This record gives sequence, C-alpha cells and structure tokens, in this order.
Amino acid sequence: MRMAIGDLNTDLETVAPPLRARLLAALYLAQEQYGWLSPEALQRVASRLELSVGQVYSTASFYTMFKLEPRGKYLVQVCEGLSCYLAGGAEPIIEHIAKRLNIHAGETTPDGKFTLEVVQCLAACGSAPALRINDELYENMTLDAIDELLKRLGA
Amino acid sequence: MFEPVLTRNIHRPASEKIAVFLAHGGYEAARIALTKTPQELIEMVKRSGLRGRGGAGFPSGVKWGLMPADRSLPKIVAVNTDEGEPGAFKDREIVERDPHQVIEGVIIAAYAVGASRAYVYIRGEFFLGVKRWIKAIADAYEYGFLGRNILGSGFSLDMSVHRGAGAYICGEETAMLESLEGKAGNPRNKPPYPAQVGLFGLPTLVHNIETLACIPHIVKRGAEWFAAIGTAESKGPKIFSVSGHVNRPGNYELPLGVTLREIIYEHAGGVRGGRRIKAVIPGGASTPMLTAGALDTPMGFETLKQAGSELGTGAVIVMDENTCMVEAARRLTKFFAHESCGRCAPCRIGATRLYESLDRIERGKGAAGDLERVLELAQGIDGRTFCPMGGALVNPARSAIALFREEFEYHLTHKHCMAGG
Repeated sequence: MRMAIGDLNTDLETVAPPLRARLLAALYLAQEQYGWLSPEALQRVASRLELSVGQVYSTASFYTMFKLEPRGKYLVQVCEGLSCYLAGGAEPIIEHIAKRLNIHAGETTPDGKFTLEVVQCLAACGSAPALRINDELYENMTLDAIDELLKRLGA
Repeated sequence: MFEPVLTRNIHRPASEKIAVFLAHGGYEAARIALTKTPQELIEMVKRSGLRGRGGAGFPSGVKWGLMPADRSLPKIVAVNTDEGEPGAFKDREIVERDPHQVIEGVIIAAYAVGASRAYVYIRGEFFLGVKRWIKAIADAYEYGFLGRNILGSGFSLDMSVHRGAGAYICGEETAMLESLEGKAGNPRNKPPYPAQVGLFGLPTLVHNIETLACIPHIVKRGAEWFAAIGTAESKGPKIFSVSGHVNRPGNYELPLGVTLREIIYEHAGGVRGGRRIKAVIPGGASTPMLTAGALDTPMGFETLKQAGSELGTGAVIVMDENTCMVEAARRLTKFFAHESCGRCAPCRIGATRLYESLDRIERGKGAAGDLERVLELAQGIDGRTFCPMGGALVNPARSAIALFREEFEYHLTHKHCMAGG
C-alpha cells in the first residue's frame, strides 16, 4: 500500500501513516490483554484498524512472538544458536528444563504455568548460554541457576 | 592503545540517561551540525569513508547523497535495531547503554537529508532496549533535541520506536520497512531503493544503529580523524562481538583493520583451555568460515573478502579444535531454514532441504553423494532470491565443506564424528 503524497509541500504531520502501520503494536496489546491471539482478539484488532481478519492474520502468523495458541503463564525460551551450543548450552539446557517440567519442547505444563520453547539467537552470544522467560533475559546460565530460577517461579 | 569511541560511555553508571550523556559532551555534535549546510554534512560523511555497519557495508555518505535533494519532499529516516544475526550482540549493548548517541546521529542524518520523521525499529525480544529507547526519545524531546525547531535551528524532527516481533529477515532493510507498515516482513524487490520509494512510499534513509552512532563523532572530530582509523577501504572504529570458545567473550571496540588474532588473543583472552582454533566465523552466521590459517587477516571489508569471507556485522564466533564442523554447519543452517520468510522458493524450500541433508550426515544417516547434493543445492539457492538471504544461508555449509571436507566424509563413512562429538 503506497501512501498518496499529493502535494509535495505537505509535511508528514498532515500525511498520516496508514492505520495498518499500527498493526504490530495493536497485536502486542491484544496479546497482552487476551494472553494469546485468539480468533476474537484478531477480530477486534481487525475492526479497530479497519483491516480484514485475513490481513491481520497474515501479519500475526508471520512473527514468532505473536502466539496464535494459548501458552503458559511463563514462556521459557531457550536459545539453540551456535554460540550457546559452543558454551555448553542449547540441547543440555533444553533437555534439563524439559525433564524438570515434564514436558517436551513446544508444550505447556498441564497447570498452564510453563511453556517451553526452543528459539534461535537471543543476541546474548557473549553471555551464553542464554534463555528468556517472558520479558526477562537470563545470561551465563548453568543447570543450577536454572533450577533456582524455576523453583522461584514455582515449578 | 586505541581509545574507544562508540563504547566510551557504556561503562559509566546510568550511561543510558540523558544527564550522563550531556555531561560527557553529548549533543554537542548535533549543535555543530545544525550550523552547517546539509551539503557540507553529506560531503563530510563521504570524506570520512564510513560504511554501513549492519552487514552490507554500503558507503554511508553515498547513501545520503542518493536521497532526493528536493527539500519540500517529505522524507524519513528508518533506524535498524533489529539485531538477530547469530554471533552479534553489539546493537543491543548500544541501545541499552547509550541510546542518546544514536539519537544524536539520527538528528544529524535527518537534517542532512531533509527528513522530518524518524522511525526506530527494534527487535521484539529487546525488551530493555525498547524501554530505554522510549525513555531516551522522551528525554530528547524534553531537552529540545527532538520536536519543533530543534535548538532554534528551524529544523524539526519527530521520532518514535516500533517493536518488531521475532523475524530475523526484518533486519533486511526493505523487510523492515514492510514490517513498519504493519505487514509480514517480506523483502521488496530492488529497485526502487528505499532512498527513492521507502516507508509509506516516501524516500527513506535506512541505517543500522552502529553506523548512526559514528556520525556525531565524525561531525565533532572531523572526517579526516575518522578516515585515519582503519585500512584503505574500511575506516573508523568497529564493535566486534566475540563469542564461542574464548575466555572473555564480549563486545570489543577496535579500529577496523585489527587482525582476528589480536581480537581473539589480546582482547577476548584467547581460547578456552588453551586449545587450538579450528575455525572462526568473522562476521556473523551469514559469513563464510575461515580456518586458523586466516587469523592474521585484518578485519576490513576488502581484506576479509580477499580471505574468502566477509566483515558482515563483525560478529566473531570462535570454534576450537574439538568442534564438529558438520554440527556447526547443521546448526547454522537450521537457523536460516527457520528464519526464511518464505517468499522465494529457493530459500524457503532450499534452506530446509539443506538443513535436512546436513542433519542426516551429522546423525550418521548420510549416504554417498550427499556432499555433492548439498553443494548442488547451495548452487541452486545462491543468487536466486529477492534478498541477500539466499546467498547468506549457503555460506555455513559451503565454507565448512570447502575447508573441512574430510570431516564430512568421515561422518559419511564412519557414521559418527571424528571430533568426538
């Protein structure tokens, strides 16, 4: 979608970006409010931004941080990138957490508390192994530190 | 001893705060720049020899010169903080610890190209970075460095932050523009280039934040000072992210042209356990691997190209003698297979097929002829995609096979690893 420039003397205050430019921000808000991007959440975003549900879905489904399925209260994301692997992370950490939570990667605990996800680089290669839980980054992880962390979150 | 330029503030307490930035000469360059003509600034950046730090290394002054000169035409600066290249963690550090340095660079760049609006695109996972950007921009408005009539110059600039949502490809400039427009991050065909048709159809100057962080220093200390640092074709300071098997992983700011050996042994503390180096990736996951024989290569755009690799983002990943190169190639290729945006079939299907082949070989399930098939597949991907990702994703496999073919063949014959992995 190209914005009509019209009068070239018009400055950007009067040439407002199309509503769709707010879509990612709106999806974040909806995800926070609903916990995930349910069909109802997508519908609401669509009507607020005057888009079709299809347009909203095509954007939402492209990005890994938008969740189209319910997830646990704590989203545990473990990096499997090369630098984490070289630092002794990746699989050993993923397997350890999976065992602790008694789920496989990609699954959520039955109580809805934890989801374990394997992710690509977290831009923490200098402090690998790294993982994220919700909005918090945890660096230089050891299995003991992970146990401590999970215990604190009630695992 | 090289004095850090871009990272000179990051170890101060509360370095992200505007008061700390101002106390150490912050926004002085913006003040100077606003007394110059845009043409003077463009010439200055051209003379400095600054090239883009996001991976492609395009001359920044030339990029500024490509923006339409018509001052009445609305224009945009788009700031790329979508760092996602495995091995790179420099942008995260700058935005978390010295965001004002980048804002100052944006003000100068926007003034030079006549842009009145700046959009910052930050990687979705950088939650702290988002918060720091928002606070820094709000403070810059409050102090009069953003908004109407900046420092009484008559120049106005608005800036806002936009959060990505987990897609490596959005670090590619046109994919980032699509994402800023609220769409899936599929790269656009070029031409038209963003300088002609960019965000919302307007001429747009896109820069990585490390590039923008260089600008205030060039304005303050001069193009000649900047150009005196580095090699013939690679000028200025550069932040090298060092990770993997080194004793002190981290970001090290050094002049371009520094050797890999100096970065690894003098700054990153050498290899863990005193082991030997088997391979080094000099510029992030998308750049070809090198062997220990290339350690004396100066880190520059032209010198690394001669050595068979690229400077990329300057993200150095060190692998010691015990590393299985089949596994390294497999893991890096998995990243690209996961991150393909899906627009071009050679990348969408090819990356996954490439990963599956490497995975088979790594697990000892490979068959005779697999290496030839992998290389043929790589040939079919490289150069056959809209964006540079096709060429990038074949680099790990291709370079690993070229340099460590015997390891792949050992895997195929013995069904396990010669590195003991």
